[in-house]
Amino acid sequence: MTYTQLAVLGVAVVVVLDLAVLRVGLLRRRVFWTAYAIVVFFQLLTNGYLTGRRIVTYNPDTALTNGEVVLLGDWRILYAPVEDLLFGFAMVVLAMDLWVLWARRGVDREPYADGPWVRRRDARLARSARP
Amino acid sequence: MPAGLLPYSYLGVLLFILLTTLPLELYLGVRVWRRPVRLALTVGPVAAVFVLWDLYAISNEHWFFDPEQTTGTLLGGVLPIEELLFFVVVPVAAVMTLEAVRVVRWTWPVGDGIPTGPDAARDKGGGGTS
Repeated sequence: MTYTQLAVLGVAVVVVLDLAVLRVGLLRRRVFWTAYAIVVFFQLLTNGYLTGRRIVTYNPDTALTNGEVVLLGDWRILYAPVEDLLFGFAMVVLAMDLWVLWARRGVDREPYADGPWVRRRDARLARSARP
Repeated sequence: MPAGLLPYSYLGVLLFILLTTLPLELYLGVRVWRRPVRLALTVGPVAAVFVLWDLYAISNEHWFFDPEQTTGTLLGGVLPIEELLFFVVVPVAAVMTLEAVRVVRWTWPVGDGIPTGPDAARDKGGGGTS
């Protein structure tokens, strides 16, 4: 199979896993798409570095790109082939789905989120709740 | 970049990801690194699946790694160690990002029933609200 075919298949598999098999349903949630938007921004940065500096190069016979490493165009976004976005999406969805799934099964639900930001928020909310 | 650091170019990217996600743990307090069993059960299968994909891609020449910009340590003689680490670091970063969004937007449900709002029970008396 080509990289293009595998990447499309990867996305299809995780969509089915999320919605029908694992039934985690993150793809229906705002929290996922917000997190994914952040992840994809950093993916474009880091992947742009990896491909722009030719740390990783791609075989044009198996991807949509014709092989020339360009900033934008020829099926590349910030130097990286578009297939990488599908590859990354599959990895991110699978990771987040498993993380949520294990919590549902009772694995390591605690410690809950808690840090300087959370404590400041709670103090602020407690103050505003007072009459 | 100094020539001596060139073999660590790829590792540098992974270090960048680790460093940029560290504030999520230290400041937002997502506590992903402090739930190690759940993290291992998440990262393990992801890394396994994507190492297999990587091995297939390498053997079918889908992509290549620059020997001058990687350390040259090849697991099983084929897989750059950077790739394995990538499949660990990136899922961790993804999970931390999800948890970070839920901390900041605590009313948005995730589907695991874990409380993150101001009325969340804090473990062992740490910084309670009321």
